[in-house]
Amino acid sequence: MPRVGVFICWCGSNIAGTVDIARVVEAVAEMPQVVHVEDNKYTCSEPGQASIRKAVSDHRLDRVVVAACSPRMHENTFRKTIAAAGLNPYLLEVANLREQCSWVHEDKEAATVKAIDLVRMAVAKVCRHVPLFTSQSPVTKRAVVIGGGIAGIQAALDIADAGHEVVLVERTPSLGGHMAQLDKTFPTLDCSACILTPKMVEVAQHPKITIYAYSEVEKVDGYVGNFTVTIRRKARSVDETRCTGCGVCMTRCPSNVPNEFDVGLGKRKAIYVPFPQAVPNKATIDREHCIYYQRGRCRICERVCEAKAIVFDQPDELIEVQAGAIVAATGYAQFDHSVYGEYGYGQYPDVITGLEFERLVCASGPTEGKIKRPSDGRIPETVVFIKCVGSRDENKGVSYCSRTCCMYTAKHAILTREKIPGSRVYIFYMDVRTAGKGYEEFYRRATEEYGARYVRGRVSRIYPKGGRLVVVGEDTILGRKAVVEADMVVLAAAMVPQPDAGAIARTLGVSYDQDGFLTEAHPKLRPVETNTAGVFLAGACQGPKDIPDTVAQASAAASKAAALLCREALETEAMIASVDESRCSGCLWCEAVCPYKAITAKTITERVRGKNVSRTVAEVNKSLCHGCGACTVACRDGAMNLLGFTNQQILAEVEAVCL
Amino acid sequence: MSVAEAPEERAAAEPESEAWQPKIVAFCCNWCSYAGADLAGTSRLHYPATVRVVRVPCSGRVNPRFVIRAFQRGADGVLVAGCHPGDCHYSTGNYYARRRFLLARRLLEYMGIDPERFWVKWISGSEGPKFAEVIREMSAAISALGPNRKAREEE
Repeated sequence: MPRVGVFICWCGSNIAGTVDIARVVEAVAEMPQVVHVEDNKYTCSEPGQASIRKAVSDHRLDRVVVAACSPRMHENTFRKTIAAAGLNPYLLEVANLREQCSWVHEDKEAATVKAIDLVRMAVAKVCRHVPLFTSQSPVTKRAVVIGGGIAGIQAALDIADAGHEVVLVERTPSLGGHMAQLDKTFPTLDCSACILTPKMVEVAQHPKITIYAYSEVEKVDGYVGNFTVTIRRKARSVDETRCTGCGVCMTRCPSNVPNEFDVGLGKRKAIYVPFPQAVPNKATIDREHCIYYQRGRCRICERVCEAKAIVFDQPDELIEVQAGAIVAATGYAQFDHSVYGEYGYGQYPDVITGLEFERLVCASGPTEGKIKRPSDGRIPETVVFIKCVGSRDENKGVSYCSRTCCMYTAKHAILTREKIPGSRVYIFYMDVRTAGKGYEEFYRRATEEYGARYVRGRVSRIYPKGGRLVVVGEDTILGRKAVVEADMVVLAAAMVPQPDAGAIARTLGVSYDQDGFLTEAHPKLRPVETNTAGVFLAGACQGPKDIPDTVAQASAAASKAAALLCREALETEAMIASVDESRCSGCLWCEAVCPYKAITAKTITERVRGKNVSRTVAEVNKSLCHGCGACTVACRDGAMNLLGFTNQQILAEVEAVCL
Repeated sequence: MSVAEAPEERAAAEPESEAWQPKIVAFCCNWCSYAGADLAGTSRLHYPATVRVVRVPCSGRVNPRFVIRAFQRGADGVLVAGCHPGDCHYSTGNYYARRRFLLARRLLEYMGIDPERFWVKWISGSEGPKFAEVIREMSAAISALGPNRKAREEE
């Protein structure tokens, strides 16, 4: 028989003003399991807590009910109190007599009856409490950052500066991401490469950071503090330790391939370094386009390489990295505008995307910074920009706003006017959204100082005419048709998730939204965490972002990861799911509903009628379980229970109410 | 039509006493609705003393059999309250709850319990007034239905 002590709090007149405490004490004393009941003016005060401690030892109490304010207020206080008295802290129940009784009812009689009911529920539940314990799991002091764009670079640097090892994994041959492709950045118009490349070098030279470029994360096992990340290092066909990045091979390679870094506007060789400031500055052979791999002879690069770095038969390499935290910074892709017939289905060479324009206007780009038409190399006189291409279009594109296009279009307009004297710039737009420090001012400069002409309306058609493009749209402010003969059209294509974002999410065990962006744990209060403990998000993989927001989020993710890595061990929750293996049928419905991937299958062997029989049961990972209890309801065998909120306890409360 | 409350049955319930008050069992999730109920308290919003709150971690923790047991033991109404869809502390618990309780209503109807006695509401931690309002509305609605005798086990 449990020995329950009940402590009823007056909370000054907060409870005692509405609830007849003497009657509650009298009624509670009648309850069979209750061996001690007392009331205090303020139970949470030091004398109140002291009297709990004293009663526990005087009356040999093994369970305690405090009838006071909300458990959300003082449950932890009283857990500590009874722990100090030598009880397991989870042998406590709090009846909410203040927020949910005395403060919300005026009728003293009804409030008193309800208060007695609430204490009876708490007594019924506390009798079914068992001691609960937390356990410790160690933390591997290393982070894996996936993605080497500005988000990944910033996160890696911040975590490494906090003193933890970082493994930075990048899919392409070099760090840099989209930011390396940009020309100037709004609203300051400083050169993108000039602010990015020093950070890339810093990463490369940081003693705590290991870079695996041209590599992909293949598998993630384990849980917070103890991940095992399997990384595939794709074969570069070049020995990284020998290659000096001299570039002789690239001058001699006979094959020409469209250059991804220039969004296909320029050419590169089959053996290449994506751009001059690449980190690591090592050559890579693109086997798909290399003449030797395709036709079996050539090997010119091997002959000219003085460092003897070319290794044609280099295999992919799989490596395993132990890590305590993972930061996903996998970035975004550009919306494919070829779905829009009105913009020419992607068939007109002089209708280009914003990213292509960046390469045209960039001094390191294929035209050395001269804005030229891709079709004939002529310098355009009239340039039309169309915003919201794909963005805010539920029918053919995506429903959200890509957030960066208004600003980069204003920047493009300024750059065009600066670089081509006498040029005319028209911008077709739905809205101009410039929320950010210095953004509105920047937009005003584009219109007032640089004379960019903003036309509010959509473009219905673009068609070629005599080597130019006729853009037909409407001007909704003047209420008439707007026709512009342009030399070049730039589409502000939406930012969309990486095409394989779903696969990334599944590998990491995090969720993604209807658009394919990885989902944060809480849209307001936990913006860089995911529902999988130990996995954090940085940058545009979580949603469209400009550079300042990306850097801010990357630093936030890094600080969360560093805070985790600072700890020697993680304490697991005490109130978590637990399996009664004797009842579990191994159907694993619980596994399907668990939002934290905390449940896995396990094979157990038991003796049945003298034989060893193996069968599958569910197993709960104590480090991953958050104690939501979804699995308990999915379980048809009643094998899954939630410690601290067991089926028996909840039913006991229900029965205590309905007496 | 309501299967549970045939008129003669309601008449039989009369002698229960003039001041009969319904008894409502409310399963509130710890993160939103329980916090909303606390906020109703801190804001001193009054509602009838008909409700007894059972704290659960998540609306997804509420097994339909808890609901049925409450009706069996004589609860006049049962409320399950959780975070708004999309706001679940555990990300998906309330979606499971929503699906489950759509089915549970059908089950109750099949058992002969008026499904109008069973409410599912989404109440966030900042919606103290909504909690109070839901309890007021529900108390009025259940009072109108009269006591639940259908599923009550014989004593």
